[in-house]
Amino acid sequence: MENSPNRPAGKVPISLIVNGEHTEIAFAPHKTLLEVLREDLGLTGTKHGCELGECGTCAVLMDGQPVLSCLVLGVACSGRSISTVEGMADGPTLHPLQKAFADLGAAQCGYCTPGLLLTAEALLLDNPSPTRQAIKEALAGNLCRCTGYIKIYEAVELAAAWMRGESAEPAREILYGQR
Amino acid sequence: MASGNGDALRVIGRPHRKVDAVDKVTGQTKFADDLYLPQMLYCKILRSPHPHARITSIDTSTAKELPGVKGVLVGRDIPIAFGILPVSQDEHALAPDKVRFIGDPVAAVAAISEEIATETLDRIHVEYEQLDAIASIEQALANPEPRIHDYGDSGNLHKLVSLEFGDVEEGFEQAYLVREDLFFYGGSTHLPMEQHAALASYSADHKLTLWSSTQTPHYVQRALAKVLEMPASRIRVIACPNGGGFGGKSDPFSHEIVVAKFAMMTGRPVKITLTREEVFYCHRGRHPTLMWAKTGVTKDGHITAMHFRTALDGGGYGSYGVASTYYTGALQTVTYQVDRYKFQGMRAFTNKPPCGPKRGHGTPQPRFALEVQMDKLAEQLGMDPADMRLRHLVPENSLTANYLRVGSIGLGACIEKVVDGSQWRDRFRKLPEGRGVGLACSSYLSGAGLPIYWNNMPHSGVQLKCDRGGGITVFCGSTDIGQGSDSILAYIVAEVLGVDPFEIRIVTADTDLTPVDLGSYASRVTLMSGNAALQAAERARDMIAPEVAQKLDVPRDRLVFADSRVFDSEDPERGMTFAEAVQAAEGALGTIGTVGSYTPPKSPGRYRGAGVGPSPAYSYSAAVAEVEVDIDSGIVRVLKIWIGHDIGRCINPTTVMGQVEGSIYMGLGEALMEDMEYRENFHVVHKIPSMLEYKSPTTLDMCEVETYLISDPDPNGPFGAKEAGQGPLLPVAPAVANAVYDAVGVRIDEVPIMPEKVRKALKQKASGKEARYGPTSFPDIPWPEPIHVPTPWEGGDGKALQHEETTTGPPPERQH
Repeated sequence: MENSPNRPAGKVPISLIVNGEHTEIAFAPHKTLLEVLREDLGLTGTKHGCELGECGTCAVLMDGQPVLSCLVLGVACSGRSISTVEGMADGPTLHPLQKAFADLGAAQCGYCTPGLLLTAEALLLDNPSPTRQAIKEALAGNLCRCTGYIKIYEAVELAAAWMRGESAEPAREILYGQR
Repeated sequence: MASGNGDALRVIGRPHRKVDAVDKVTGQTKFADDLYLPQMLYCKILRSPHPHARITSIDTSTAKELPGVKGVLVGRDIPIAFGILPVSQDEHALAPDKVRFIGDPVAAVAAISEEIATETLDRIHVEYEQLDAIASIEQALANPEPRIHDYGDSGNLHKLVSLEFGDVEEGFEQAYLVREDLFFYGGSTHLPMEQHAALASYSADHKLTLWSSTQTPHYVQRALAKVLEMPASRIRVIACPNGGGFGGKSDPFSHEIVVAKFAMMTGRPVKITLTREEVFYCHRGRHPTLMWAKTGVTKDGHITAMHFRTALDGGGYGSYGVASTYYTGALQTVTYQVDRYKFQGMRAFTNKPPCGPKRGHGTPQPRFALEVQMDKLAEQLGMDPADMRLRHLVPENSLTANYLRVGSIGLGACIEKVVDGSQWRDRFRKLPEGRGVGLACSSYLSGAGLPIYWNNMPHSGVQLKCDRGGGITVFCGSTDIGQGSDSILAYIVAEVLGVDPFEIRIVTADTDLTPVDLGSYASRVTLMSGNAALQAAERARDMIAPEVAQKLDVPRDRLVFADSRVFDSEDPERGMTFAEAVQAAEGALGTIGTVGSYTPPKSPGRYRGAGVGPSPAYSYSAAVAEVEVDIDSGIVRVLKIWIGHDIGRCINPTTVMGQVEGSIYMGLGEALMEDMEYRENFHVVHKIPSMLEYKSPTTLDMCEVETYLISDPDPNGPFGAKEAGQGPLLPVAPAVANAVYDAVGVRIDEVPIMPEKVRKALKQKASGKEARYGPTSFPDIPWPEPIHVPTPWEGGDGKALQHEETTTGPPPERQH
């Protein structure tokens, strides 16, 4: 492999936990967690919108807390636990947030969806009954250009109810509009 | 239009997941940048640092020798011009001799890693001879030289349009009140979350495949065929699911051609993913538009005449700009009756990233002007603005002054819903200082009546295959950009053939596998690919039904296709599974496959320019915005928007809701904050091309939305459906501006409504001057003599008067 003249040669090995699995990986030390996930681990479910920490699209969970994977160096993840969208479902069973996003059309183009799902998952772990305002504040760093966020709030609220063990259904006006 | 199954609709009109919803929430959807091929090279593009310059030399010798570099391209390597419109083939994959904006592509590198490709750009040495830059509409008018392009109507004026329907001066004489107003609508960009990406691969048997985040794979295939001088039959373009489009991925782009060329040169797959900064340079966003509107009304608000002028800041290339220019004058007539109408539009070339089609394409700007002016007219007439509009709606099944055929129009119901929902009658002009409500309406196309390049072929095609296991596969060239077009195909076929939509396989947006659909633009896909799918499904049903009727010994017209069965409506037990039905038909007829296609009805307009505006069906929206204005800071907060949208019929109400809410969101961004800003001292350097500095609404900025979906099935829509993805954006900005006036008594005749503009207007008001912020003059423009077209009620036949251009064949401007 030919190397760039301005970058140090060689890869750095680290071990970390990705979606609950112990993972050993070696990569060029300048790589971000975003690049390691996508390019070295093939986990392309994590997307990028700016690679500058501005849009929230690349959010993943590090030890249960949302981080922007474009701003975290891969080498800083040694020994940490990383959760991506690929790890959310329980086998073929969708996570309640995934199910609610699918049912309500909270994912349109779906590009910002992984980052939103993980950020919302962290919120619900912390606060199982968030108010609409708390949801807005938790998701304020995740841009979405398709939905106007409304179906996303509604999906987070529905998933939260399911996760609390309630048998909630979406209100008619969420699915059909006002009469 | 019914499913032919005799019963209520089973799929259409009900909420469903989208067919790709599970892939999207599990991260499995493969966007263009998610694709990796063995031995793939990475491409980077060197872009111009100057707004307007001649390239005097390019030295790539050092770059080519760097380890890891597999190819370097410059303009002369790809010399053939391209562009989305036949009338503006003015782009090159890499600028051969001249750059026209900061960010214009100049050279490209393919290397074994993205890092090497990026670093190699520094080793390409380009010498420029700088030219005076044209930074604004005014400068373009004042400086015919240096010309940015050597084509166009004159100097740096790309396009001049002048049309008159009836005698407007006569109409103004008949008016009780005539108003002249000036407006400005700022430029904004699509800002899709996904950066554009493309991957090309070239096989040893000389076939090219391009995967791209494009909304228009068919047009990309045409551009590649032209520029690479290859038969289209050897070029396969696959549009990956788009991570948001909004019109920003509708042009064939430089980077798509460059990676294709590199793949052919190197024999290796080549990928490019634009940086966010480069996405700002690709742009093709909303044209900044200066407008002058003169409207005459009777005492009860009937419009006797309207004269509308627009001046568009087009940026450095043509893009869809000729169509955009016509669109700033096309749809003023489809909401309220306009007796006589005159439109003059001009697009200027400037040394900025090219403008093009953004959600609403050319129509949000004039709609803002028209709806704010209506508010002013109503106030002067002492009428309620909702009542004034309700009184003068265009009648259904009628022709407008400019020969657009309006079918169903549910605008009256939209207005009534939002008026009731917002308690308009108790609140308009009655809220405390600082709080206000405003109303505005709009209309948009459900697909353009004419294709981008002249041809008489269908705009959308579908192939449908039924296999003996009961499986159905639908093939269509349409491109899912998040709006749910793949799902629409499934719902419609499922309705007709009585199966579960999630059992149907959908293959789309692949020029090798799918019949042509022109692309995801002009809100055309539900109507056009939906009608094509409907025809294909009905033909399949018509192949299968006779065989089942014979087997069951049941009259054919009693057969029902539902619940994955085909059965006797009078004795539902008597029937067979859908798979058995297909087997019966296949045994008798051979392989069961059908095709469907859709071509829009011919438009009655026969004058030059009549190609822009016709649509098989127009959607309608009405919105009330409630705002809170902080008098000290000028900050406008939109608290809530009530929107009524005439959808014709919902194929899936939940995805329609999503389109409406998303349109409101994008309209809110344009109304309050989104602005393609250029640095003041140069006017041509993008202020800061980043998502942090280009303000777009976050969760904390988004308002509450209450949506009313109005069903008024249109005979041209599949099951009566019309569009939802663009129209509801249009009333947002004028409703907000009208609400600001209701709140604090100042007119902000300019979008975006930034706090400093409100503050300035409030200051003016306090000092007794005109309580307004907005443009104060419209430039002198050398308008051509208008094409005169008598209106339908003057006995016109859609043609221009003699001694002027009349069209015998297709008019040269017929873009969507």
